[in-house]
Amino acid sequence: MAARPVPRIMQQGKLAPLYYLAPALIIMLFFIVYPMFNTIQLSFLNRNGTASVATTCVEGRPCWGVFENYRYALTAEFNTGSTKAFWDSFWLSSYGNTIKWIIFMVAGTVILGLLFAKLVDGIKNEALAKSILFMPMAISFVGAGVIWKFVYSYGTQQVQVGLLNAMITALGGKPISFLTAPVLNTYALIVVGIWIWTGFCMTILSSSLKSVPDEIIEAARVDGANEWNVFWKITLPIIMPTVIVVITTMVINVLKQFDIVYVMTGGNYNTDVIANRMYTEMYLNFNTGRGTAVAVVLVLAIIPFIYLNIRRFIAQEEMR
Amino acid sequence: MNRQKINAFFARLPKNLVILLMVLIWVLPTFGLLITSLRPLQAIQSSGWWTVLNRPPGSQEYVQNCASCHGADGKLIAAADLTNPDLIKQFNRSVLLLASLKSEYKGQPHMGTQEIPSSQSAASIVVHLNDISGVQKQPRFTLSNYIDALVGYRGTRTYTEDCAAGTASTDLRCNLSDVLNPRGMGRAFVNSLLVTIPATFLPILLAALAGYAFAWLDFKGRMLLFAVLVGLQVVPLQMTMVPISRVYAQMGLNGTFLGVWLFHTGFGMPYAIYLMRNFLGTLPRDLFESAYLDGASHWTAFYRLAIPLALPAIASLGIFQFLWVWNDLLVALVFLGSTTPVVTYQIANMVSSLGAGWHLLTAAAFLSMLLPMLVFFSLQRYFVRGMLAGAVKG
Repeated sequence: MAARPVPRIMQQGKLAPLYYLAPALIIMLFFIVYPMFNTIQLSFLNRNGTASVATTCVEGRPCWGVFENYRYALTAEFNTGSTKAFWDSFWLSSYGNTIKWIIFMVAGTVILGLLFAKLVDGIKNEALAKSILFMPMAISFVGAGVIWKFVYSYGTQQVQVGLLNAMITALGGKPISFLTAPVLNTYALIVVGIWIWTGFCMTILSSSLKSVPDEIIEAARVDGANEWNVFWKITLPIIMPTVIVVITTMVINVLKQFDIVYVMTGGNYNTDVIANRMYTEMYLNFNTGRGTAVAVVLVLAIIPFIYLNIRRFIAQEEMR
Repeated sequence: MNRQKINAFFARLPKNLVILLMVLIWVLPTFGLLITSLRPLQAIQSSGWWTVLNRPPGSQEYVQNCASCHGADGKLIAAADLTNPDLIKQFNRSVLLLASLKSEYKGQPHMGTQEIPSSQSAASIVVHLNDISGVQKQPRFTLSNYIDALVGYRGTRTYTEDCAAGTASTDLRCNLSDVLNPRGMGRAFVNSLLVTIPATFLPILLAALAGYAFAWLDFKGRMLLFAVLVGLQVVPLQMTMVPISRVYAQMGLNGTFLGVWLFHTGFGMPYAIYLMRNFLGTLPRDLFESAYLDGASHWTAFYRLAIPLALPAIASLGIFQFLWVWNDLLVALVFLGSTTPVVTYQIANMVSSLGAGWHLLTAAAFLSMLLPMLVFFSLQRYFVRGMLAGAVKG
């Protein structure tokens, strides 16, 4: 930065920047910075935030002292009876589910987004096809939740008004209660997430596909490479930085995902995720300490991606 | 047709099939919701939305069992005209109809040698008879679900029917004021607008100021502060809600519009500043230099030069923030709740309390999507741009 001359308009008065920045900085300090530290503080206190949570320890029960809320946040959902019981309960807990969300939703949105971007590239109705895929981004997660709850609708009687169960029964199968059958239901919710976010990934990946120079691809074709090899060995490596940005962005989004689970199952039937659990502990069980401890765990999971985000920002700045 | 064209068609076929399949998966669920929201209550419960163009319920059973004597239109026997509402009202339950079918008619079995229909087909026949006699018309499409959703009516019949019969619940007056019933979408729509408009305007104003300072004013720690801001974008809502709801509880701001406006402003800030700064930073340096040489102050340069030039960025930001606030559930749930329901809250509430009241849910969901869809299809370019830049927000 030092090498670039600063325009003189930037040097008017020492206080000038303050006038511009003060309102924004004050409101951010109050609504983001202060609450972050306060949340960390509260996570070591009891359910009302009045005393250290260590005072709630009961003789003879497991307790981690001031980290008691974290013991609850990290272990309460697990059955520690045996290794197998632990493993089974882990994959039905909010942590196991969040991991499933990250793996399948990120993979689903990126792969489908890339596939669609590649397929529609250059077709006649490209813009229309893309805006159809992007449309779910405009509507709320709540709205999308209702749309899919209806698709998954499970009729206890003869009639199936849900599209999926109607298709299953038409093919001679038995209707499935998609949202209450554990293991399957989490994947049913992930499908909704993929449906919402694929358009977003597709749009970014599409513009990066278009920026791949035609000459390189032409040269490869002339050398006898088939389409498959051109994509895997040339196009994909060139757009890889964008793919990685999309992946980190999606991981952050998935970790914060709350609405879909809240609307469609409320976190019941073993579909809970970390973001919804914070809400449950705080606003349904009214336990400030536990709620904030879950929030801190969520942020700890996000921090590596905040780091990547800042690093990407610095790299962008250097290119300006 | 020449050979080449045919070959090209088949070469493209797999690709086009995949595109078609994906487009279908993206369109059908929303389309199904729209169709369902326009169907009458009884039809939604008894058949899927894809049957909407099928023959009306019961007509097939009627043709099988009754048409040979009563005729296709039900008028063949003048003494037992099935389009006469007074006659049909006596048999408008499947048990009553079955009893009549099993009894004798003028000394002969009613159905002659034909088999008596099952109770299920009798029920379907009743629906058909109600329809052709006008006792209870079964229109293919209706707007009554939207009316019910707007006023938040949760009866077994529609709001209009119950109001006409005088059996609507006591908190409804059956006039236009019902649109503001706290359980309805009408009220929620108004509340959503009241929340969203200031919560869009305020962050844009503050972010334009701050973004300008970051782009064109010199101060110590400019880059560092901005990098911190980039990091703050990612902080999840969950991390800050608890302390703020505690502070709000002390200040009496829980459940107030002011509280939500300020929260959305605070939380929208990092992203809004980021976008404004990046856009303002791309404006040509010479522009600001010459403005300075002409004697303009930084303030003049801000509102005469930067703001007008930044309108595209402001449009993207405004649309993004508007939809973000409109579609938000978590903030509304925590800071507004049931005292001031917004559209997302109202729908989430309907989902948990109604179970499968699809006639209300589908209409309510579509009402909530109306404005976002409108914005999306009319201002798509700005929307996509804002969305891509702000993907990791809160």
